[in-house]
Amino acid sequence: MINIQSLTFSYRKNKPLFENLQLSLEAGHIYGLLGKNGAGKSTLLKQIAGLLFPDQGTCEVMGYTAAKRQPAFLRELFLVPEEFYLPKVSVKKYVNLYAPFYPNFDEAAFSRYLKEFEIPREQKLTEMSYGQKKKVLISFALATNTKVLIMDEPTNGLDIPSKSQFRKVIAAAVSEEKCIIISTHQVRDLDNLIDSIVIIDGHKIIFREDVQTVTDKLSFKTVSRMEEVTGVLFADSSLRGHTIITRNAGNEQSKIDMELLFNAVLTNHKPIQEIFN
Amino acid sequence: MEFKETQAIYVQIADYICEQILLHKWQPDERIPSVRELAVSLEVNPNTVMRTCELLQQQEIIFNKRGIGYFISPDAVKKIRQFKKEAFISTELPSFFRSLYLLDLGLDELKPHYEKFKKSNFN
Repeated sequence: MINIQSLTFSYRKNKPLFENLQLSLEAGHIYGLLGKNGAGKSTLLKQIAGLLFPDQGTCEVMGYTAAKRQPAFLRELFLVPEEFYLPKVSVKKYVNLYAPFYPNFDEAAFSRYLKEFEIPREQKLTEMSYGQKKKVLISFALATNTKVLIMDEPTNGLDIPSKSQFRKVIAAAVSEEKCIIISTHQVRDLDNLIDSIVIIDGHKIIFREDVQTVTDKLSFKTVSRMEEVTGVLFADSSLRGHTIITRNAGNEQSKIDMELLFNAVLTNHKPIQEIFN
Repeated sequence: MEFKETQAIYVQIADYICEQILLHKWQPDERIPSVRELAVSLEVNPNTVMRTCELLQQQEIIFNKRGIGYFISPDAVKKIRQFKKEAFISTELPSFFRSLYLLDLGLDELKPHYEKFKKSNFN
């Protein structure tokens, strides 16, 4: 569904952000895009949305070249950016203005999402808090029913109950035809929703595996004494003990710890990558 | 539902469904909530729930009626007990026995506690 080939891009001369970046994503999944600050998560999402153009290489989405921004492409893609502007109108007016761009917009679903998030429909968007605005935008994004849905740090600014509501609406939105990409720092907010992990670091994609493959090949566990285990690929020690990653030798069914995996891939990339090759 | 950190989510969801069946909250031949409904209420990826359903189907605890959904097998309770007993004896009993041994507790001493527990929790 999304096919990025040899993508090179830089904001400034001689300071490339992406070099020869490759990535392909399919429909029917929720991808979690992880990376350090400044690694290029938002830039990559903007490339997919056609908001930035490759210096070299190609970025194809649903068969369209993203940078050409053809209407048929734009009506099947929605991006919820981290920073956004909403006009000084009511929710109702906003929908009247923007929904016509999306032929599959589902008015009833939009109302359901707003209700789930407890957003008053009559209020002006500019009179809402940041979190409330974000919830309107997320509700609108889901209601557009586009094939590609991109969300940049969607749980930023959401209060505790809304994070649970957010997970519910996303779980309901998944379908075989949709490709959902979420970039996030707060992995724990979303770790039961994300089914594929994409890690970006040092100008390229350094890890891309589905969660099932990860837990088939790696074991995540907490041990009290490091001496008890061998073949530790990564360890994080705290008062609770050592949370570790080892190769999954038997048929263990552990729960993935995305933060731990992220740190492991960044600091001990080679031996982990070898397990997946 | 509160997920534990230790076990794969799809296995925990399977345990949750089995518990509903063992507690007779969900009856044999009844339809269980759809994959989507379960995913939304548990706040997990529908693909994870799919994996749970495949596991339970393989264990013949639930069965699939094409286009309608998953139903609880007539002998689900028997099947679950069979699987769970093996797992309980091999994984949970050893540490329980260890505590009994360390505390010098006899098995017959436990009986009144067990009866009391049953009465206060499942009556």
